[in-house]
Amino acid sequence: MTAEPIAFTRKDFESDQEVRWCPGCGDYGILAAMQFVLPELGVKPEEMVFVSGIGCAARLPYYMNTYGVHGIHGRAPAIATGVAMARPDLHVWVIGGDGDMLSIGGNHLIHALRRNVNLKIVMFNNQIYGLTKGQYSPTSEVGKVTKSTPFGSLDYPFNPLSVALGAEATFVARTHDMDRKHMMETFRRMHRHEGAAFVEIFQNCNVFNDGAFDGVLKKDSRPNMLIELQHGHAIRFGTDGQLGVAVNEFGEPRVVQVGDVGEGSLLVHDEHRDDPTLAFALSRLSTGPTMPTPVGIFRDVVRPVYDAEVQRQLVAESERSGPGDLAQLLATGSTWTVN
Amino acid sequence: MTVDTSPDRVETLDRVVIRFAGDSGDGMQLVGDRFTELSAAFGNDLATLPDFPAEIRAPAGTVAGVSSFQVHISDHDIVTPGDTPNVLIAMNPAALAANLHDMAPGATLIVNGDSFGARDLEKAGLSTNPLEDDSLAAFNVYNVPMTSITVEATKDLGVKPRDAERSKNFFALGLLCWMYTRPTAPVIEWIESRFKSKEQVLAANLAAFKAGRNFGETAELFDHPYEVKPAALRPGTYRNIVGNLATAYGLIAASQKASLPLVYASYPITPASDILHELSKHKNFGVKTLQAEDEIAAASIAIGAAFAGSLGVTGTSGPGVDLKSEAMGLAVSLELPLVLIDVQRGGPSTGLPTKTEQADLLLAMYGRHGECPLPIVAAKSPSHCFHAAFEACRLALKYRTPVMLLTDGYLANGAEPWLLPDLDALADISVRFADAPNANGSFLPYVRDPETLARPWAIPGTPGLQHRIGGIEKEGIGLEGEGGTGNISYQPENHERMVRLRAEKVARIALDIPAVDVDHVDGADVLVLGWGSTWGAIQAGVRRVRARGLKVSQAHLVHLHPFPADLGEVLRRYRTVLVPEMNLGQLSRLVRAEFLVDAVSFTKIQGVPFRAAEMEAKILEIL
Repeated sequence: MTAEPIAFTRKDFESDQEVRWCPGCGDYGILAAMQFVLPELGVKPEEMVFVSGIGCAARLPYYMNTYGVHGIHGRAPAIATGVAMARPDLHVWVIGGDGDMLSIGGNHLIHALRRNVNLKIVMFNNQIYGLTKGQYSPTSEVGKVTKSTPFGSLDYPFNPLSVALGAEATFVARTHDMDRKHMMETFRRMHRHEGAAFVEIFQNCNVFNDGAFDGVLKKDSRPNMLIELQHGHAIRFGTDGQLGVAVNEFGEPRVVQVGDVGEGSLLVHDEHRDDPTLAFALSRLSTGPTMPTPVGIFRDVVRPVYDAEVQRQLVAESERSGPGDLAQLLATGSTWTVN
Repeated sequence: MTVDTSPDRVETLDRVVIRFAGDSGDGMQLVGDRFTELSAAFGNDLATLPDFPAEIRAPAGTVAGVSSFQVHISDHDIVTPGDTPNVLIAMNPAALAANLHDMAPGATLIVNGDSFGARDLEKAGLSTNPLEDDSLAAFNVYNVPMTSITVEATKDLGVKPRDAERSKNFFALGLLCWMYTRPTAPVIEWIESRFKSKEQVLAANLAAFKAGRNFGETAELFDHPYEVKPAALRPGTYRNIVGNLATAYGLIAASQKASLPLVYASYPITPASDILHELSKHKNFGVKTLQAEDEIAAASIAIGAAFAGSLGVTGTSGPGVDLKSEAMGLAVSLELPLVLIDVQRGGPSTGLPTKTEQADLLLAMYGRHGECPLPIVAAKSPSHCFHAAFEACRLALKYRTPVMLLTDGYLANGAEPWLLPDLDALADISVRFADAPNANGSFLPYVRDPETLARPWAIPGTPGLQHRIGGIEKEGIGLEGEGGTGNISYQPENHERMVRLRAEKVARIALDIPAVDVDHVDGADVLVLGWGSTWGAIQAGVRRVRARGLKVSQAHLVHLHPFPADLGEVLRRYRTVLVPEMNLGQLSRLVRAEFLVDAVSFTKIQGVPFRAAEMEAKILEIL
């Protein structure tokens, strides 16, 4: 290995393509955070692959000076699985939106998470279909009036983090497009995690679903509505730290007044709990941006990584039986000779 | 008294067709396989036709649950599993009822008389016992109490009677081994190795097998045994092989000759799963396999692996091809090497999962949205699957295109002896990854080879060649210094030129494949043109017609898209082109459209291969 540290700059990760999202789109902030954080990871641009499906978010790979595949709707986690499986040495990021990953590609997402393929999966959640011009998505709230639901949508939304945790994900986080520092730290942690890492980013679509997350993200709502999870710390928030999260008699985390329950009763966040029950419960704390909503890392645990395990089996078997001999293989079983 | 087996009492046959038939749980496929292996190692030429229901255990004793295995062995070169069996082994009344219509008068029926009770007859839907009425008068019927002899033979082994009964298939195998003077040592060795962890089962199967053999020798039922001498095949080393195994081997060979790791992603589906099973064993060849969450994922994973520099392959059957079509379109647009294997089965929808058909040709040709051409290769016999798989990989790698390989259920499970290929004679299909910028210091992913029109394959990890590719139309002409950036382009003229260029790239493959191999007879004005697994039946039919002193020519296509460059010229030399297919006439439509020739379609869509006699009759009609 070379001992020389490589110094990259943001420019090294920017492609020559003009960025073509709508002015004011939350995607710009996410792209910037990504391009800010990548240089410091010590990974060369050529060792990175960005894979996406279809949708506004899925255009991101075109703007990165890395290897990239803009695939087909929903299939990015599967395409990326192929890349990682073939080449466990690469750093593979998967980019998509809520429709791409939870609707048409839901199956691939949950299986990539369960297998723990070494993929960094970034889901931009804007609760709407943007590229197709404004239909409700699998994360839209019930009753959403859109072009395809003029009388209001009827189907109940997914909670992306609950889905990821239910799919046995080893790393699950949430961040939002208004906080570059928080996004960068989340990406850093995803990079460091060995295995599948899933992040939901609250992302504003200012054209078709403007202000969807204002309830928690507007500057003046944040203190009482955004809960920053910090490993090893009691979960506490509010303008004066007056609010917290405690577990009730049924084992369910609930928002409480610290004054009512006492500091000692607050739930201390543990990202590394092997059992996902509490992480799942925390993901259920809010069912929408009208309720205090946690961001940060919900779960970060160690489990064998799929692509590394595939490689391990291959190496072990090659050591056990020696390199394959084609002539010998074809002549397996009984053979006979005609003279 | 024993039957005389001295050499002068053994009757020599030039060929025989045997069908083992029983309930799905009776182990007919297993003993059929054993008899086949035995005959292959003995040196016979052979062809097999397994036939089983899609249900793992359809209701026992019913016609729906009948599973059969037909094997044709001979002392000369044969190409089909045989039209009508000379011998039927029927383990129960349902097996007899389901297969009797395929038997010609005078054929031999060996039935397990123990399973012809009232209840068995009822389950088989028979109102009278065929062993007691006159319905079998035209046949030589041997009523053998297989179950009771098996139970008797195993009674001292401590095996429960119910378990002992399950060894009766080995009794049948033993009896057939005696009848056709097969060597028994390989079967005994196989039983000993296969069941070594189950002592009682081993002992029971062995006892049943020997009992079957001894029964043939000692019972006065059979007059004398037969023999089928080894066939005079081309010199060399042979093994017996089924199509799916040959396909798997072809992929491994291609991976070796390309010096590329093989990634095979697949979703379980009949009759393609055995390819996945086989490849998953060979990790020491650098083969990585993944059982994907669905068909779409399997294709997508193969695409990802190809992007990363592996030989990406996905395999399935018709319903899976439907699901993979979007991913195939992506591969066409990305211009990455990829092989999609379609082990065709009866359709539409779930259709006939375990039966054969070749009705996916037009699907392979046209089954994607947009103008989306890709090369198509089809295997013609079980062992030919090896070469067809290798060829599919060669084309995919050289032209950076997805390729469809068509096999089918008959090829997948059918067996034949295989002259092991000379591995040194297999083409070197290694590829050169791009390793340097190709346009004034930068790298453009769609700058093409002017001859093949293939674009460079630059794999992640290569410094300075980072690029982004996608399914959106792109600036990708990439010839003579023009537009190979791969950047998104919605420009009208560019799109038309890209559509034409992708078509041209596939069309040029015609210059890189052999001319049509015509087995021409001077003076023949009828050509039988086939593709895929009909090869054996066509060949057999043509031989029969020629044996009558009549003239007919034959040609068989391995490359279906593009066609060999001289196909049109060849077809126009004949008054009539007869195209037999197990579909409603898909190749005949293609050649009519392409070459304006009067192709006569001859079709059969019954889930079973053509028979030589059907082929013969049709050719005679056309002549």
